[in-house]
Amino acid sequence: MTRYTLGGDEHLFVELSESMSLSAFFTGSLITRELAARGLSGILDICPANASFQVRFDPDVLPVARLRAELEDIEAGLAAASGILQTRVIEIPVLYDDPWTNETQLRFRDRHQDPQSTDLQYAARINGYDDVPSFIEAHSAKPWFVSMVGFVAGLPFMYQMVERDKQIQVPKYLRPRTDTPKLTVGYGGCFSCIYSVRGAGGYQMFGVTPVPIYDPEQRIAHLSDFLVLFRPGDIVKFRPVDRAEYDRIVAAVDSNEYRLRIAPVEFSLPDFESDPAGYPARLLEVLDAR
Amino acid sequence: MRVEVVTPGLATSVQDAGRSGYYHLGIPPSGAMDQLSYRAGNLLVGNPETAASLECALLGPDLRFERDTRLSLTGARTRFTVDGEPQPADTVVDVAAGQKVSVGFATAGARAYLAVAGGFEVPEQLGSRSTYALGGLGGHRGRTLQAGDELTVAGPTSPPPPGREIPDELRVPLRKEYELRMIRGLYDHRVQPDSMDTFLAETWSVASEADRIGYRLKGGTPLDFVPREAPFGAGEDPSNIVDACYPIGSIQVPSGQQPIVLHRDAVSGGGYMMVGTVISADLDLIGQMPPNTRVRFTSVSLDEALAARADRARWLDKLRAALVG
Repeated sequence: MTRYTLGGDEHLFVELSESMSLSAFFTGSLITRELAARGLSGILDICPANASFQVRFDPDVLPVARLRAELEDIEAGLAAASGILQTRVIEIPVLYDDPWTNETQLRFRDRHQDPQSTDLQYAARINGYDDVPSFIEAHSAKPWFVSMVGFVAGLPFMYQMVERDKQIQVPKYLRPRTDTPKLTVGYGGCFSCIYSVRGAGGYQMFGVTPVPIYDPEQRIAHLSDFLVLFRPGDIVKFRPVDRAEYDRIVAAVDSNEYRLRIAPVEFSLPDFESDPAGYPARLLEVLDAR
Repeated sequence: MRVEVVTPGLATSVQDAGRSGYYHLGIPPSGAMDQLSYRAGNLLVGNPETAASLECALLGPDLRFERDTRLSLTGARTRFTVDGEPQPADTVVDVAAGQKVSVGFATAGARAYLAVAGGFEVPEQLGSRSTYALGGLGGHRGRTLQAGDELTVAGPTSPPPPGREIPDELRVPLRKEYELRMIRGLYDHRVQPDSMDTFLAETWSVASEADRIGYRLKGGTPLDFVPREAPFGAGEDPSNIVDACYPIGSIQVPSGQQPIVLHRDAVSGGGYMMVGTVISADLDLIGQMPPNTRVRFTSVSLDEALAARADRARWLDKLRAALVG
């Protein structure tokens, strides 16, 4: 049941579901894209989140009742919609179990649920995996939806395209760390994230990517058009790499010769629902065609 | 014209009216926290209302100007001097080439705005000159000022004569205690009704962790939550929600303990429940609250919030009428 609630006089907050689900995220994506397409004057920001979204507006131009009526109209029309999302698929290499997050973990062990294990060992165990390699396989084999961008500039929250019983779940640290390496691949609740900047953080740390995702100076090739890589609705595939390949990619990024693997793709919710195990792999084939 | 930063102050940053349209990527509006004082300062020295100024938080900078200019200091009260000579606030002040302008520690309020004729010249990023320090974006090199920085002022301009001042009736009073009007909502249904009543009845005080991202408040009673079974993806703590967007001005209460009111450099989203949102007309007040300021929340309706918004707009119109031309 969709819940509309005010965030002061400038925000309308819309909760599609209290719990996380792919359908709530997908509904939010379609509604917010259609709202943007309608181009109402007075809308300042349309912010999709995991199972909710928020619209910031100028109440002097657009009364909230009018905005809400527009959103209800869009939602009512969705039932007949095709369940198709035009988006992009992006490959992100990850060095799992890397030296930098491991060193950071050691400094904050007193804030962790299980000070005797690494974050990866802990996450593998509580999710019923025999060992860390099989856990990394589960984290990297199936793609993820960018279900929200935010907290800080350009940080993606990602939700994995697997059935509910296969979702990885981990708690956040007992108390947040004061430090997280830049480009750490983290995990909290049922979400993966990539820390866009170095700083505080509460998510468990699984690895680092050599690929920058935020560049306010826009020097990096794949961030030269815009300083933030991810958009809500993007599909992300993690590819485990070893230290040698990580170093090669870092060197390529430094000399601005690294080329991101990215391709447009059409996601179909009906196709996913009829074949949740096989469809995600077919979705990724567009990367190989590049 | 060049301006040398002799000492930077505590957290001095270039700010303007802020940017919009990027919150969905985690980039908040930024901009001067007390927009009324900031805009008044620009109008006073004959600038466009949204020219870039320096926001001086608690302790301001010492600056040396390369050429003769005029400037104004609005907002917080501080020891404001030119070559050691005390200067009036809310007034156009003459500065000669080579003189040192000092903005001392705030004695009332929290943020003083230094507007200089012509405005500070930094590159626009995403449509604004405002500093968003957490993301290293905008302002002077994406950060607060440091000793030795060199700023640039646009020019030349023909500013109004020294001595021109803001009329008394248009000076915002600085207080030790504030009432912040808020609209209840978002996740206030997660709190027991009598606990929410207590929240609104109590007086809070601004904690030391109070900056452009958010203001932490202390001294009140922890919230009592309605029991639930945690929704999938939310987290076990009763204050957890599936990570969602945070409105500017929203009041989150992690673990039900100390409320945090998000401001113009807000983190754009996260997993803590919020009990409501401070209305847009009262956000300026928060910018003038140093630690230990006493705060009470008052719940208002949307109509009351919109009336307050219109009052604020009329105040700005009066400032323009008094200072433009």
